[in-house]
Amino acid sequence: MSENIYKPHTATITDIQLEAGGARPIRTITMQVDDPEVRPTFFHKPGQFALISSFGTGESVFAIASLPNKDGIVQVSVMKVGNVTSKIHELEIGDKVGVRGPYGNHFPLEEWEGKNIVFIGAGIGISPVRSVYQVALLPEERKKFGNITLIYGARTPADLAFKDEFKELDTRDDMNLWLCIDWKFGPKGPTGESSAEGWPAINMAAPGETVIPEGVNKFTCFVPQLVEVVKPDPENSIVVTCGPPIAIKFITQALEKLGWKSDQIYTTLENRMKCGIGKCGRCNIGDSYVCKHGPVYTHEQVKSLQNEF
Amino acid sequence: MAKMIKKDKVRELLDKLANEKFDIFAPIGEDGITLYRKLGAETPLLNFQNSSKPPKEIFFPQTEKMFDITVENHRLVGATEPPMASNPILLFGARPCDMRAMKVLDALFTWDYTDPYYVNKRERSTVISFACTLPDMPRESCFCTSVGGATDSREGADMLWTDIGSEFVVESLTDKGGKILELGGNLFTEATPDMQAKAKQVSQEATEAISRKLDTEGVKEALEATFDNAYWDEFSARCLGCGICTLLCPTCHCFDINDLVVEGKASRERTWDSCQFTYYTIHASNHNPRPVKKHRQRNRIYHKFLYSEKNLGLLGCVGCGRCIYGCPVNIDIIEVVEGAKEVLK
Ligand SMILES: Cc1cc2nc3c(=O)[nH]c(=O)nc-3n(C[C@H](O)[C@H](O)[C@H](O)COP(=O)(O)OP(=O)(O)OC[C@H]3O[C@@H](n4cnc5c(N)ncnc54)[C@H](O)[C@@H]3O)c2cc1C
Ligand code: SF4
Ligand code: SF4
Ligand code: FES
Repeated sequence: MSENIYKPHTATITDIQLEAGGARPIRTITMQVDDPEVRPTFFHKPGQFALISSFGTGESVFAIASLPNKDGIVQVSVMKVGNVTSKIHELEIGDKVGVRGPYGNHFPLEEWEGKNIVFIGAGIGISPVRSVYQVALLPEERKKFGNITLIYGARTPADLAFKDEFKELDTRDDMNLWLCIDWKFGPKGPTGESSAEGWPAINMAAPGETVIPEGVNKFTCFVPQLVEVVKPDPENSIVVTCGPPIAIKFITQALEKLGWKSDQIYTTLENRMKCGIGKCGRCNIGDSYVCKHGPVYTHEQVKSLQNEF
Repeated sequence: MAKMIKKDKVRELLDKLANEKFDIFAPIGEDGITLYRKLGAETPLLNFQNSSKPPKEIFFPQTEKMFDITVENHRLVGATEPPMASNPILLFGARPCDMRAMKVLDALFTWDYTDPYYVNKRERSTVISFACTLPDMPRESCFCTSVGGATDSREGADMLWTDIGSEFVVESLTDKGGKILELGGNLFTEATPDMQAKAKQVSQEATEAISRKLDTEGVKEALEATFDNAYWDEFSARCLGCGICTLLCPTCHCFDINDLVVEGKASRERTWDSCQFTYYTIHASNHNPRPVKKHRQRNRIYHKFLYSEKNLGLLGCVGCGRCIYGCPVNIDIIEVVEGAKEVLK
């Protein structure tokens, strides 16, 4: 009998970063697969996912956030929401976890050469988006693409993940960065104030008319409105967007208003998963198994799926 | 060349096979129902209505340990699989529909990735199917002939045995079947032309006795066109969400994976699950893509009649009728599917 596909490979945690606090904190966990012979099998393509085990508690699915590598280094950003994710948040450097994967399809970066790419992340959706822009921004990759724009929003400044990384991206002159926080969760509270300090509010009724003050790239609004402010040009361009279903819905509507076609918009879908390999049954949307046919879909494909999200 | 075996020699054959280290699973009566169980010295049922639970559980048990979780310095650090057995398995007396269902499971459990637990047991197995014959079979709810099956279907079997009274006419279909003939030696003798003709005749009579029919013509089109129709609310309103229709279905394969810690020993287990259960699809955010019964019943029907064929090339229903007689509120898959066609008219 060959390799047991369900067998988690033991890995050791090498780094833990608290990315965001709040009620649903996010931690980025970096691990390295212990067995040197197995390490190269974790070379992944952006968009693929892995199943991480906290032994004795269970296994959960996460987008692989690390850069593709042959050293068996796997990084995931985990939002604390339940049983397994809470246990993962308790782990310390040196602890053992299990990992299997990579599974699923990927973002076809190889097909996007010569195009502009707009990355749009809402909330924890930044994690799968990050797995793609990290690759696109590598020196040898960057020159293959046109303009690169990154739009990201979270509830409060405290919920914004990868803060240090964004500071660095903000200084790069080969890309444009735009950030936002939701106005009603601004630090001054939801009672009247429409913006947080340093995060000017935009006119929510007509975001497209916003005049962008010189040098400002942080606003108080929802991600779809920020898209209308930024007005990414659909000409010869691709969008990669991930986030909660409701955010994706409004982001796509905003893009369509700007003339984007649904086959230019790529997203990832999430469904509850157990096996990750098309056996346990639960991740299907109509006849499409998110773990096998996805998790990456164009908006055009999403629209053709059975209405079961 | 067709062979035959006398019914009173069957136990002797099974003894021989048991001596050859076969783990024998056969239908026995237990608590008033028929189930496939690992056989000891008892004689299996030779005449029986189809089992309450399909024989898929021999290869895909209701609960199965996947891994022992290893402990080092009081910490849980890894997973090791329990040793897999290597002795041969004999599934004796499977019904033809259930073996057609095993073809669906075979396709699923090798769909790009091989499921080692299932495939290991399947590869070790030899299957003797029993053609369905009167008076025990068909049952009232059987409709195999509507979905590509037959009372004497040979699909998925290594041998087909047909009951003609005091003996079985025996047809070997594969090398594994040939091996059984060899091991049985002189317990098998030539079947006379009369016996072979009788076998054909009893199968024919059983086929004619099937009263339930599902006209599959136009089913796919009807399902594709009615997904958002209120029809799916109507019939599922009385569903209890008990999951029996899926748990007893020979092609259903959904499972859950959980880590258990019992008396300090940790393991990872898989258990049957069902698309009829709320928690099957609920997200950690509490969002549920199939929040109410109509979504879940619709998923069951669509999976059987649409998705399975698209993904695995095989219809997901073999017409065994278990979901019909098992449902406590008489939800009848034939009526449901025919009803979807009516919506279009
Ligand atoms: C392709 C893909 C990529 C993903 N990527 C990421 C990522 O990069 N980062 C990330 O943080 N997340 C990601 N997720 C989501 C992540 O997999 C889930 O958040 C995680 O599996 C939750 O596991 P848990 O054990 O912590 O939650 P669970 O404890 O399983 O569930 C949490 C909640 O779900 C409900 N629930 C579930 N089952 C039951 C039950 N049996 N009984 C009662 N209530 C139940 C309850 O409301 C419970 O509080 C991804 C998911 C997919 C499919
Ligand atoms: S759907 Fe019903 S009739 Fe069809 S194979 Fe499953 S249990 Fe049998
Ligand atoms: S057996 Fe009947 S009541 Fe139970 S889940 Fe199936 S359709 Fe609903
Ligand atoms: S996660 Fe098991 S089938 Fe997709």
